[in-house]
Amino acid sequence: MAVDFKSQVQSLRPYLLRYAQLQLRSAEAAEDAVQEALVAALAGEAGFAGRSNLRTWLTGILKHKIVDAIRKSARELQPMPGEDDASEFDALFDERGHWSQAPDAWEHPEGALEQKQFLAALEKCLAGLPARTAQAFMMREHLGLDTAEICKELAITSTHCWVMLYRARMALRMCLEESWFK
Amino acid sequence: MMLACKEVMRKVSQGEDRHLAFGERVALRLHFAICRGCRNATAQLRFLRRAVRKLSETESAR
Repeated sequence: MAVDFKSQVQSLRPYLLRYAQLQLRSAEAAEDAVQEALVAALAGEAGFAGRSNLRTWLTGILKHKIVDAIRKSARELQPMPGEDDASEFDALFDERGHWSQAPDAWEHPEGALEQKQFLAALEKCLAGLPARTAQAFMMREHLGLDTAEICKELAITSTHCWVMLYRARMALRMCLEESWFK
Repeated sequence: MMLACKEVMRKVSQGEDRHLAFGERVALRLHFAICRGCRNATAQLRFLRRAVRKLSETESAR
């Protein structure tokens, strides 16, 4: 039974690695987080008893390891010039704050979700974001943390957090429009 | 007081992260009623959440 548990856990390694890579960017850091999560999972098999979904359980453990890694590296990621204000999007609006060019609707966004090429385009757009902006955005949308947790781990104010998330969303919207929905 | 599109988009983004006050939600609705550009952009910002979720659940996009 124990051997079976171990092999089941190991079989989810590729999924976990990709999950960590989406957040951490560095392959090495992702590898480390997954390794730590697997060690913790194998040591804590009893904690899994009675739960139905192994992947969900492992992802929960991994999430904690990822947040640990973010906390450790938060000081290393220096803000890029201008990364902390939203003024770069001012060009989208005129002096009265109205759209310079009103956005059109996207065609079949739901259909795009089913296409691998679209997800690849989204990954490319994410990779193009400044590191801290991407980190905050993925903590929110990939790890599913709330802004209070994000502020705490990154040691920033909630206003700062909202600005970064706004920046990330506006930049991703424009990037997807250019690369996919045009 | 009418919000400008620029403010609307900031509020829409914040609405993904915090509970907007009643007055804020009303101001957004009033604006959406007359502004197609903000309606489109709002749908697109909200779509990002579903897109990232899909990415999270997918084993590999390549």
